[in-house]
Amino acid sequence: MSAMASTMNNDAILKVEHLSMRFGGLMAINDLSFEVRRGEITALIGPNGAGKTTVFNCITGFYKPTMGMISMQQKDGKSFFLERMADFEVTRDAKVARTFQNIRLFSGLTLLENLLVAQHNALMKASGYTVLGLLGFKSYKDASKEATEKARYWLEKASLIDRADDPAGDLPYGAQRRLEIARAMCTGPELLCLDEPAAGLNPRESQELNKLLRSIRADNGTSLLLIEHDMSVVMEISDHVVVLEYGQKISDGDPAHVKNDPRVIAAYLGVDDDEVETVRHEVEEGAN
Amino acid sequence: MATVTNPSTASTGSLTAKALREATFTAVMTFLMFVLFVGLKTDQNMRNELILVPRWGLLAIFVIIAFVGRFAMVAWLQPWRTARKAAKDAAPAQTTDAGFVKRNFSKLAILALVLYPPIILSLFGAQGSLKYIDNFGIQILIYVMLAWGLNIVVGLAGLLDLGYVAFYAVGAYSYALLSINFGFSFWILLPLAGILSAFWGIILGFPVLRLKGDYLAIVTLAFGEIIRLVLINWQDVTQGTFGISGIPKITLFGIPFDASPHGFAKIFNLPMSSAYYKVFLFYLILLLCLLTAFVTIRLRRLPIGRAWEALREDEIACRSLGINTVTTKLTAFAIGAMFGGFAGSFFAARQGFVSPESFVFLESAVILSIVVLGGMGSLTGIAIAAIAMVGGTELLREMDFLKHIFGPDFTPELYRMLIFGLAMITMMLVRPRGFVGSREPTAFLFERKNVSGSFTKEGHG
Ligand SMILES: Nc1ncnc2c1ncn2[C@@H]1O[C@H](COP(=O)(O)OP(=O)(O)OP(=O)(O)O)[C@@H](O)[C@H]1O
Ligand SMILES: [Mg+2]
Repeated sequence: MSAMASTMNNDAILKVEHLSMRFGGLMAINDLSFEVRRGEITALIGPNGAGKTTVFNCITGFYKPTMGMISMQQKDGKSFFLERMADFEVTRDAKVARTFQNIRLFSGLTLLENLLVAQHNALMKASGYTVLGLLGFKSYKDASKEATEKARYWLEKASLIDRADDPAGDLPYGAQRRLEIARAMCTGPELLCLDEPAAGLNPRESQELNKLLRSIRADNGTSLLLIEHDMSVVMEISDHVVVLEYGQKISDGDPAHVKNDPRVIAAYLGVDDDEVETVRHEVEEGAN
Repeated sequence: MATVTNPSTASTGSLTAKALREATFTAVMTFLMFVLFVGLKTDQNMRNELILVPRWGLLAIFVIIAFVGRFAMVAWLQPWRTARKAAKDAAPAQTTDAGFVKRNFSKLAILALVLYPPIILSLFGAQGSLKYIDNFGIQILIYVMLAWGLNIVVGLAGLLDLGYVAFYAVGAYSYALLSINFGFSFWILLPLAGILSAFWGIILGFPVLRLKGDYLAIVTLAFGEIIRLVLINWQDVTQGTFGISGIPKITLFGIPFDASPHGFAKIFNLPMSSAYYKVFLFYLILLLCLLTAFVTIRLRRLPIGRAWEALREDEIACRSLGINTVTTKLTAFAIGAMFGGFAGSFFAARQGFVSPESFVFLESAVILSIVVLGGMGSLTGIAIAAIAMVGGTELLREMDFLKHIFGPDFTPELYRMLIFGLAMITMMLVRPRGFVGSREPTAFLFERKNVSGSFTKEGHG
């Protein structure tokens, strides 16, 4: 484990250290530390109410953690302390994008418009902070064309291209999930955080999603951190799994390791603490 | 309709019977409801005694209206509507090309507006046309401009602002005070008034940034009242409720509209008439309106405009995409306020007089109603709503014939609010999304399809 940690440090894109988040009397996250390595798909799993979404909200600046440090290391060497940044700066400057557990699309805007809104900051600069764009300068028109091409690329990738001019609210559920991911990708992130992307999808949609996520990592070099309940999805696509229970990390490692960790099994099956030992024995015997 | 009701000719009789029954019931209810309110009126006689004045005639009118209205609705309107709905469902969804008028609606509308003054002038002569150009033309266009300005804040960014009239007031007083005290011309003060209003828009924006929905509405309402109270009480500067009079008129790049040798009429060898000034004002406000429309349309296609609409749809999603919602909201407030300021300075120059009375909450409410009635976000819808609401009010003033029906004391304008209210309620029942309920997308890949109003949100902040 310690040997692994040292190799982790070299190419960690996100480091969460001693993170704690308190809501009144509730310790939603308690002294959590883990890493997301560049170019990997890391899964954050745990039972309901374990604090997974809260971790995401701390990483993306929506919550200010009570304690702890979250650092983001970009490809070009720039690093950011996310806990000190406002939510929109985390996406704009640190290049960490996210999706939401309960999908948040701009339902009255078309798919294309959704993806253009995601390119706000680049377009804003190109439009000379509105002034040049208002006067109809060519630089904005070019940038606008480029943004549309980028949107087209992502619509194709998420197999949504034939619905490009329809309102986002008109899409079926699975397509809305893919659109939300495409929209997050249009911000040009280095790390993409997905909150239960497979929730509510049927098996076929789930397969499509896995394909999309793999290609995001392979083609766009984006690292992924995802929250997932569906163990089969986790086992299939993640390189590294972190398990949370009651705000604390109970396991951390590759999928095979986590799968056989008695504490994880206990957490998921709802076994009391003192029974963990018996579970461990059973697992070890099973392995032998 | 005939085709649908034909098979049920037998039931036509029962329909009439049903309508009669319901109408009688409604009439009885109306009688019971109004017998004390309308049928009897308390009054004082010569000896200062309280007496009851019966008004059976008026009560009878109420009851008859209720009876006839209910009968018409049950017997004719409802069958007609079900028939139309059935016909609509039966007909295949046809995508006929929009007609020439529909495609070129805005161009035709602008053309009509440009031709409006000469046509009116030739029809009614210089003196007779004043009413049409001033009351119907300029008055409506001022409200169109105000509503288009507020549309940026409410319709696009989804921020419910009940104090918009404050920026109108700031623009009007900026022009009034600066032109009287420093003698600046309208053409300098117009942009200045816009900038000052935008500044106040930002001042309002800061404290309300974190507020949403009802709270935002209340604070903006209070802001509007504060500005009005300051105008009333800061007497050294604003002369309080007396208002400021003698505000200089606008000149056509230095050519004044008066009887002097350098005046407009003399220079162009025309007979002296105030109509020229009105026509000039008409074109000026038309130009300002077009500027507002142009800027709004352009802004919607720029990132800032898209961010406004995204903000209306979902603020948290905006933040997750790296959009600074603080500056986005502030620019919406500022730009909306700027157009209010332009309209205000025009208003001051046109009236020659401003007083706090012109900037009461009711004005904010009327402007907001126009935006809502028009269909939030749609410039065309809002223009139609402004014509209906402001033009309707002006029209009421003209309805002298009503005096013959209701007696010489009857002043139709006093019923304006009642009619407003009824119109609003009817409108919201029939078309809850306003005149133009669909939203035109700002960009498209393959084809431009309007977004139905059922997908867009009203905003909550
Ligand atoms: N804003 C908040 N205020 C108070 N308590 C909160 C808040 N957000 C989360 N919590 C609490 O923190 C705990 C962790 O919640 P969180 O949403 O992070 O769980 P989760 O792991 O995402 O669960 P799920 O799998 O159901 O999505 C819960 O007990 C929740 O009630
Ligand atoms: Mg969650």
